[in-house]
This record gives sequence, C-alpha cells and structure tokens, in this order.
Amino acid sequence: MTISLAFDLLLAAALLWSAWRALVNQDTFRSVILFIVFGLLLTLAWARLAAPDIALAEAAIGAGLTGALLLDAIGALRGKDRQP
Amino acid sequence: MSSGLIFAITGVVLFAMGSAGMLLVAHLLRRILAFNLMGSGAFLILVGLAQRGGTPDPVPQAMVLTGIVVAVAATALALALLRKLHTLNGRTELPRVEDD
Amino acid sequence: MKTAAIVIGAAAFAATMIAALLDLPPSAIHLPRLVDANLPVSGVTHPVTAVLLNFRGYDTMLEIGVLLLALLIVLAVGTHDGADAAPTADPMLQTFARLAASLMALVAVYLLWAGARQPGGAFQAGAVLAAAAVLLHLAGVLPAWREPGALLRSGLAAGFLVFLFVAMALLSQGTLLQYPHAAAGSLILLIEFALTISLGLILAGLFLFLSGGQGSDS
Repeated sequence: MTISLAFDLLLAAALLWSAWRALVNQDTFRSVILFIVFGLLLTLAWARLAAPDIALAEAAIGAGLTGALLLDAIGALRGKDRQP
Repeated sequence: MSSGLIFAITGVVLFAMGSAGMLLVAHLLRRILAFNLMGSGAFLILVGLAQRGGTPDPVPQAMVLTGIVVAVAATALALALLRKLHTLNGRTELPRVEDD
Repeated sequence: MKTAAIVIGAAAFAATMIAALLDLPPSAIHLPRLVDANLPVSGVTHPVTAVLLNFRGYDTMLEIGVLLLALLIVLAVGTHDGADAAPTADPMLQTFARLAASLMALVAVYLLWAGARQPGGAFQAGAVLAAAAVLLHLAGVLPAWREPGALLRSGLAAGFLVFLFVAMALLSQGTLLQYPHAAAGSLILLIEFALTISLGLILAGLFLFLSGGQGSDS
C-alpha cells in the first residue's frame, strides 16, 4: 500500500515536472521531446488508474502520433527558416 | 488517499499550468503543447475523480478514450494552421495587440 | 505585471479546485454498477467497449464525424510548403519498416478482435494502423498523400457512413442506436471494423497530408 502510494506520488511529480519543463523551455525541440516524455508518463498513470484501454490509446496516439506530428511540424518550420 | 484522487489533483495542477501557458507563451507550437496539457489535465480529473472510491469506472474511461482521439485531431488541425501561417508570412507567433 | 496576475490567477484556481475535490461527497449514482447490470444485453463482455459502442454510441458516432471534419479542414488549408528533404532510401531501414508494419497490422487486427472481451477495440487498432502508415512514410516506403482518390475517400468516410447507416436502419425500431439484443454483437463488430479502417486512414492522413509537401514542388 505505502509502496504504491509512493509510486503514485512520484509519478504525479514526474508528470508535473515534465509538463512544467515542456512549457518553460525556450528550445521548441526540447519542449516537444519533454512533451513526448510526458505522454509516456501519462500512459503509466492510466495503467495505475486501472484503465488499460486508455493506456493503449495514449501510448499509440499521445506518445507516438502526436510526437511524430509535432516533430514533423518543427522540421517544416526550421526547414523554411534556412531558406532565404 | 486513493490513486484516483492523487491523479485528479495532478490533473487540476496540469490544467492550471496549461491555461497559464496558453495565455503567457507566445510561440504557437508551445501554445499547442499548453493546450494539450490542459486536455490531459481534464482527462485525468474526469477519470481520477470518478475512481476516487477505488473501483474502475468504464463510463469516464470510454469518454476519455474518444477525447484522446479528438485531441490528436485538434492538435493536427492547429499544426496545419500554424504551418500555413508560417508559409504565408514566416511567423510562428500571432501579432501582438497592444491593449494596455 | 500581466504575467504575475495570470500566474496568481492560475494558482488560485488550482487551490480552489483542489479544496473542492478534497471535500466532494461520494457520488449518488454508481455508474460501474449500472454498466455491470446492463452488460449482458450489450452484445460484448468488455465494459469500456460496451459503453463506447452501445450505451454511449451516439458520442462515438459524432466523434468519428468530428475527426472526418478535422481532416477535411486540414485538406482545405492545404500545407504544401515543399521544403522537406528527399525521403531516405536506406534499404535496411525500409526492410525493417516493412517487417514492423506487417506485424503492426497483425496487432491491429488482434486488438480489434480482442476488444469485445478485453482491453482493445477500434480506437487502439486504428491508432496502431495509423502509426504503421507513419512509420512506412518516414522510412520512405509510402509516399505522402497529395489528392485523395476515390478509394481513399470512401475509406476515410466508411466508419462514419456505416455508423450512420446502422443508426438509420435502427431508427425505424424506435430509439437511435439501440441494437436488437440478438444482433448487437455482430453489429458492434461491423461498426468497429469500419471505424478501425476509417480511424487508421484519418489519423494517418492527418500526418501524410500535412507532410504532403515532400517532392511536390520539385
């Protein structure tokens, strides 16, 4: 009981920390990486909440697809900057 | 304190953090991230609060499952608009309005 | 000044909300018990799938409609920036991507089939399919989508149309989306199958149409 409580508190702290770092970071690339980390931690949180359906969807969508979309957008924004 | 309540409180803090980020962050890509954080916070509140007694509740779980898929569609739409804005005038921020 | 006001406002909101959460009385309606009681008539044995496609099927139908709408707007905005590098043509990567994608397709079919009894279902299967398409695209096997052809269009709309058709067919019996008990299981599987295909294509399309600038201007 106490171990699972400690794990929950640690997971909540890690969620808040990664979200905070993703927001305040000036480098957008790092922000996106931290957001993907946040998505993976959120997957763990859904598993702790006994919601395996959401955990599956979050792992595939939140961490995978959103991450790919965001990274692709960064690539497009930066690629444009390099051209005159 | 059940894990449902812990994650509901985490969700509240995430939602507040995301809404402050929406208002304060100028770069639109990071504003989209803030919007996603708000959404994740709302999902955590929805499921965590319903399960604070400890029993899993399939109704909010199904709602959140649809919510996650809609959130990724909204993110993709926002990114498409951001990319269009960037192709048109090379900006990644909205023009600043001086109101005070 | 403005920053401080926003931060203080957000903190005050969070504090009030947490205080409210902590002394919330237990809810009067026990939803899990209601779901359990009605599970035998839903046609599936996994409660989340039962809620998604039977008890709250209306939400799911509108949800696939919203997704279709989002994809249409992405298509209308049209981001052909054409600034991306040429796709990689590493044969090792492509072979691996093909292998992984076929395994992912298998996983998607399993998730769809398992959804009736255990965690899984159309949403997860569709997401895995979309991820497989994105992987193939990033490895340079699958070119970006430019103009949706007739086959792709019907695939994108299939989920919503099948759902709508079932809803209309059942409307003659009285209430919207109330499946007859005997056919509930097979109707849900039919809808889930169409949903999986549409969801996979729409989610993949959100990525493949967006990065559709690749090689289009060259």
